[in-house]
Amino acid sequence: MNIIIVGCGKVGQALAEQLNEEDNNVTVIDVDRKTVDGVVNRCDVMGVVGNGATRAIQQEAGITDADLLIAVTASDELNMLCCLIAKKAGNCQTIARVRSPQYNIEAPFLKDELGLAMVINPEYAAAAEIARILRFPSAIKIDTFAKGRVELLKFRLPEGSPLAGCAVKDINSKFHSDVLVCTIERGDEAFIAYGDFVFGDGDVISIVAAPRKANDFFRKIKYKTNSVKDVMIVGGGEIGHYLCEMLLRSGMNIKLIEKNPVRCEELDTLMDDVTVINGDASDQNVLLEAGLENAEAFVALTNLDEENILLSLFARSVGKAKLVTKINRIDFGDVIKHLDLDSIIYPKNITSETIIRYVRAMKNTMGSNVETLYNVIKGKIEAAEFIIKDDSPVVDIPLMEMKFKEGVLVAAILRDRKVIIPHGQDSIRVGDAVVIVSNHLALHDITDILV
Amino acid sequence: MNYRMIAYILGWILVFESLFMAVPAVTAIFYGESAFWYFLITAVICLAAGFLIIRKKPDGKQLYSREGNVIVALSWILLSIFGALPFYMSGVIPSFTDALFETVSGFTTTGASILSDVEALPKSMLMWRSFTHWVGGMGVLVFIMAFLPLSGANNMHIMKAESPGPSVSKLVPRVKSTALLLYKIYFVLTAAEFIMLLFGGMTVFDALNTSFATAGTGGFGIYNNSMGGFSPYLQIVVTVFMLLFSVNFNSYFLLISGKLRDALNTEVLVFFLIVAAVTGIITFNVSGLFSTMGEAARHSAFTVASLISTTGFSTADFNVFPELSRTLLVMIMFIGACAGSTGGGIKVSRIIILFKSMAKELLVMVHPRQVKKIKMGSHPIDHETVRSVNVFMVAYLMTFVISLVLLSFDDHDLITNFTAVTAALNNIGPGLELVGPTANFGFFSTSAKLVLIFDMLAGRLELFPMLLLFTPATWKK
Repeated sequence: MNIIIVGCGKVGQALAEQLNEEDNNVTVIDVDRKTVDGVVNRCDVMGVVGNGATRAIQQEAGITDADLLIAVTASDELNMLCCLIAKKAGNCQTIARVRSPQYNIEAPFLKDELGLAMVINPEYAAAAEIARILRFPSAIKIDTFAKGRVELLKFRLPEGSPLAGCAVKDINSKFHSDVLVCTIERGDEAFIAYGDFVFGDGDVISIVAAPRKANDFFRKIKYKTNSVKDVMIVGGGEIGHYLCEMLLRSGMNIKLIEKNPVRCEELDTLMDDVTVINGDASDQNVLLEAGLENAEAFVALTNLDEENILLSLFARSVGKAKLVTKINRIDFGDVIKHLDLDSIIYPKNITSETIIRYVRAMKNTMGSNVETLYNVIKGKIEAAEFIIKDDSPVVDIPLMEMKFKEGVLVAAILRDRKVIIPHGQDSIRVGDAVVIVSNHLALHDITDILV
Repeated sequence: MNYRMIAYILGWILVFESLFMAVPAVTAIFYGESAFWYFLITAVICLAAGFLIIRKKPDGKQLYSREGNVIVALSWILLSIFGALPFYMSGVIPSFTDALFETVSGFTTTGASILSDVEALPKSMLMWRSFTHWVGGMGVLVFIMAFLPLSGANNMHIMKAESPGPSVSKLVPRVKSTALLLYKIYFVLTAAEFIMLLFGGMTVFDALNTSFATAGTGGFGIYNNSMGGFSPYLQIVVTVFMLLFSVNFNSYFLLISGKLRDALNTEVLVFFLIVAAVTGIITFNVSGLFSTMGEAARHSAFTVASLISTTGFSTADFNVFPELSRTLLVMIMFIGACAGSTGGGIKVSRIIILFKSMAKELLVMVHPRQVKKIKMGSHPIDHETVRSVNVFMVAYLMTFVISLVLLSFDDHDLITNFTAVTAALNNIGPGLELVGPTANFGFFSTSAKLVLIFDMLAGRLELFPMLLLFTPATWKK
């Protein structure tokens, strides 16, 4: 694939390096010659010096033959402008990094109206990763669809699970839960779940559910998710804010410590259920007073990497909390690993990884209408998200009346911010997003699911 | 220094050299020459040594600028030493220094010979000489990068070290695709010349040799009078192709992509302007030596194209041209071809940058606060490039002067020594007086030949890779 990256900051460089290794033709654009030279000398990419939001520079970088343009400069507005110009100057998909919370709220609108393939918010992505670690540490894998409103969770049934011996079709009546089992792996075999399949100990199963429903389901089948209930977060920046919202959704108790009193009031207004504490976390007493000893998880999200590390080390010494430490800038991964800090979050890496995952999926779905694509079981079963843009043979017909191909499962329907775990009488409507789990690899269009 | 990686690539160089041997070997079989065995033995030696080295892949593939430069310099030396074996073993050239001189002259596309009678050589040996031009013209490592799965991201350092010109850029994002693309253009141009020569009645053997030697801007002739014995049509074809191969290959790529305006950049235009101007002057200056004005123009154009492209073919003995013509010819020897071509010399783009920096300096003297950026067409040249061009010029002059002094130990006249160094350092071939187009380099002492061998390699690799070999800091951990 021909990819143009505008902006050679840390994320741009990481992307250039990784995408180049995965056999894409990469061209980078940056205004600073030294930066461009640095990248060109380190990896096998082409460099163009100039303003990436101008048509001339984009043409020099080969926009006409490009499949994808990724704008990751420091400025949100510039990124969006780059993508807009690229849409007009060439015929490619575009990804913009947009980090300001104001724009983040409007991300779906921006995506649709500016024709962006993906809007990535590094803070949001980092928060999502932290939330995953805290909510479901024992999961094998979690993929999210529709901005985190639907999750595909994969886990192994422990021995003696009440689920064992139960058939797929009986689950919802037996446990009164709203989840959908998608796939079952037993040994080397992988199955798409069908009604009469009976679970056994040690099966690896994947389910689709809304986040809160998933927790509910796990409680009912007595599966230990090792998830935490009491979380202490230090630093009320954007990541902190997003994280709180996500954790609230799965019903956790949150204490948030923030230094700036004005910000504290803001956060309290935004999120009623969070205990916002105004204080300087570098003061041990503040942490102890807030109940650090009893916290099940401790998340350090201040702007200073060093402070985050020290805070986590302190938390380790006084309690048994699970630690999450955010590191933005410093680059001593090996040293940090030796500090025994449980989970380290590098927002920049998460951003580039998210984009790369998208690019990989895009490569697999070139020329198709797939929105997001995930490997559920590598090389055997995939989950694909489609947006239903116009009328087609799948629209407005109850699912039970449609003839699906074997090995196709409609796993979730998203309608107006609501998640529907589909049953036989549900139907797909125009404007829905639909998640399809299937062992037909490389579905190109939603109609491919029909016989 | 990543010695393992350097050795690994050198191993591949040997493997590829054994493959190159196939060309003369097949020629030898075709003409039933016993020289076949010497090519076979050399190929086997190269293959065995090469495989011994590349058997184990190095773990660290990291290459930095210095490794890139050292790899290039050592590759060319190694390539020349092994390439000289067929000449030496077969006894065609009894002295190893002479054989090495001939091979270095071939790979560096110089075309300076120590042989007085090339027509006596077996055809396969002639083919090997010409083929070294073709391989050396575009670059051996570029060739290897085009075909070898060397996935390391730092191949750019190698490409930069081997490709001529003040700033080397890629045509497409990947080094491998760029190298492949360059070789495609190179191949197509060579084939075009070959066909046009055949069309003019040349034999296949002659046309192949001439095409190889022109493509690399080498200049090894297969006849004692170089190109003098060929028809005017053939001479004109060679003239045109010598000029075509002196143009930056990026221009051809831009031309294919339909960017005519970018293809005809300042450097190309200045290059053709110089060619036209010098040809014009020389035509009038030498008109007395030829029977018609047309003939004078043809020989002048051929000579100018041959020397500015640093090929070194000749149709007329320009040693006997009037003094003005001889001076101009020596001047254009220094200018050389365009950057990014197969030609040598200082390169037109460097000359332009040097002139513009001088003009800038003068302007700043008039208006001390004036801000003036050096530009090529509309592209500003960044300070780093200007600086490197200046340093290149200094290094070039130093190398030139030291070589000249070393050469004068042989006690030949100054013009001979001066033009011998000029011809070697700029990869041209013939000079004036004793090393004129009808003469050869055989009479120099062994030490003088070694100096010239160094000059040829330094000239082809644009000095720094060779000079780096003699910098102690390069070899420290």
